[in-house]
Amino acid sequence: MAAWEYAPAPESAATGRLQPSYRMFLGGEFVDGSGEPLKTLNPATEEVLAEVSTANPSDIDDAVAAARNAYGQVWGPMPGVERAKYLFRIARMMAERSRELAVLETLDNGKPIRESRDTDVPLAGAHFFYHAGWADKLGYAGYGPDPKPLGVVGSVIPWNFPLLMAAWKIAPALAAGNTIVLKPAETTPLTALVLAEICQQAGLPPGVVNVLPGAGDVGAALVGHPGLDKVAFTGSTDVGKQIQRTLAGTGRGLTLELGGKAANIVYDDAALDQAVEGVVNGIFFNQGHVCCAGSRLLVQESVAEELVELLQARISTLRIGDPLDKNTDVGAINSRAQLEKITELTAAGETEGATRWTSPCPVPQRGLFFPPTLFTGVEQSMRIAREEIFGPVLSVLTFRTPDEAVAKANDTRYGLSAGIWTEKGSRMLWTAQRLRAGVVWENTFNRFDPTAPFGGYKESGFGREGGRAGLEAYLAH
Amino acid sequence: MPTDPHSARVGVAKTYKLYIGGAFPRSESGRSYPVTGADGEFLANAAQGSRKDVRDAVMAARKATTGWAGTTAYNRGQVLYRVAEMLEGRRDQFAAEVAAAQGVSAKRAAQLTDAAIDRWVWYAGWTDKIATVLGAANPVAGPYQSYSVPEPTGVVGVLAPQQDALLGLVSVLAPVIAGANTAVVVASQERPLPAVTLAEVLATSDLPGGVVNILTGHTAELAPWLASHADVDALDLTGAAADTAADLERSAADTVKRLVHRPATEPDFTAAPELNRLRAFQETKTLWHPAGR
Repeated sequence: MAAWEYAPAPESAATGRLQPSYRMFLGGEFVDGSGEPLKTLNPATEEVLAEVSTANPSDIDDAVAAARNAYGQVWGPMPGVERAKYLFRIARMMAERSRELAVLETLDNGKPIRESRDTDVPLAGAHFFYHAGWADKLGYAGYGPDPKPLGVVGSVIPWNFPLLMAAWKIAPALAAGNTIVLKPAETTPLTALVLAEICQQAGLPPGVVNVLPGAGDVGAALVGHPGLDKVAFTGSTDVGKQIQRTLAGTGRGLTLELGGKAANIVYDDAALDQAVEGVVNGIFFNQGHVCCAGSRLLVQESVAEELVELLQARISTLRIGDPLDKNTDVGAINSRAQLEKITELTAAGETEGATRWTSPCPVPQRGLFFPPTLFTGVEQSMRIAREEIFGPVLSVLTFRTPDEAVAKANDTRYGLSAGIWTEKGSRMLWTAQRLRAGVVWENTFNRFDPTAPFGGYKESGFGREGGRAGLEAYLAH
Repeated sequence: MPTDPHSARVGVAKTYKLYIGGAFPRSESGRSYPVTGADGEFLANAAQGSRKDVRDAVMAARKATTGWAGTTAYNRGQVLYRVAEMLEGRRDQFAAEVAAAQGVSAKRAAQLTDAAIDRWVWYAGWTDKIATVLGAANPVAGPYQSYSVPEPTGVVGVLAPQQDALLGLVSVLAPVIAGANTAVVVASQERPLPAVTLAEVLATSDLPGGVVNILTGHTAELAPWLASHADVDALDLTGAAADTAADLERSAADTVKRLVHRPATEPDFTAAPELNRLRAFQETKTLWHPAGR
């Protein structure tokens, strides 16, 4: 295949309006936190981007009190039609500052600008726009004629989609009439703080949204705070279980969106060229830092060899490098800790006897990068088939019959997502009905929309985000 | 044990056993415990279920999931309606057991029994409407057909209400199986006899064995095994003792079980039912398919 040459096409970092320091957002003001400030890095260079203030327990008390006051005095009593207009405003302002948000997200997270620009930021804005419309129509959502908010929500979000996850938490909480204290991830706090600024500029009443940066200890203190009525968490299954234990016996609301080990099933009659694109997108989108990533490829034995060859050819064309370059396909791994985890798990794959293939693409010498990797000869029992790698690593397994495909796909403690590739409608539906997963993509993968509920079965968590189903977690009923 | 001193005939007393996988075994532990009425009079010995009985029941419930969820919603509705028919046929027996267990008047016991039968009919009619009411067409911004459907969570552990022995039990059990889940129920510890009679109804109502399993015994002894069992997907703590609920929820977190929290006081089950208990044991599956030429 002839190689396509690309000239670098970097987006200007200045568009991100990076500040030397950021402060936490509490009670409508940006204030210094009482915790030890953290330094957030650009994972593509490991250079410090900015210093960010963090919360200590007394800040959390203050934020929960501010949220409680805003709930009781302003936001709770406010008619839905008025709440809606604030959310619409926020959606519009996110669109106005979309390029800035995309660049800042890419700087802080390491994801390709193409993805932050085309996926993260537009979807985040869409979540506000969608939920804005619900604020005055909650009586039609199926939770009774006049459903009430829960009160104060505490939310902890991960580093893989920093702005999008903030939107997934804030928009439905506010639409339903709750107020919120949000803790962004330690390594990616910046865009949530710009979103806080947008809330401030939109005139959102003080205390309705509070953003407290910090590490895991801040998150643990927040979710255990007795002043909360509801906790919403996105992150690892291990931490999700800890939170469920923390809340045991309190009766407080809880939704968990946790890990995954999605199967992408390719039948022998699939349109292989399309399947290749879908499989590649499924695992290399966002460097594989996706809870619903299609990290297990289940391919029917008769086409396995052909599909793997096609995949290797396609993966070899992926460009890994500067996340700000618009031609980059695979960006930087978010943190050194995550890079080490990916390295350790892939080494385990080799030790356990799987065959490793690594893309020959050039990998930057500087910064945190991991080349696209594919394992063949993977067995169900191997760690690379069971554990969430959360990186650009695909494990290939084979099957002979549809029953075997379904059995293998479901043989995991997780159940977040799955993919099916076949041109035969009845086989598609038969398979989709049997997969124990909260999102099933048929001849496509990694599609998201605020109208489409997202969330897991089994140890991938409970509760949904998006759609009418997503409102359930934020309403008393 | 109630006898009629004016009759020469000696009544045939019933043995109350467990209900596991469609069969009526005694507890593998060989234990039983005396059950008395509200007035303190001896009513019967009930089987005192054990950890092993819990595990047998969970295994039976797991085995039954695929078959029960795989029947059509129409068929499940017919089976559940058949249960209501059988309940109606045993109306007087249930009323007598409720009166004895709860110490209410015969009139009140009959009302509670009627309400239980009507409650069952209400849920029987839900089986083929859940997907319509809880599902959705998702108008996504792209060339895709997207829709969401509710699906059963799987095996649900149910700690039945301790006070309301029949109506309460029906109110927590019927939504579980109407939603195509299977159930392992721990009956009211002090008032277990209506639950065992309900098991006899279920066994003669075309309900596949294992869809409902009913254990009698000490709730505090059995509940932890249910809460920690990895093959239990959800837990209804309505009948848990106040001082055990937090521990049970902590244990349930090890496998991210869906929970119905223990209410501060036992709900008034005569109140009109809502969707909550049906929804509590449903997962939402969202599907996407491209549309194109």
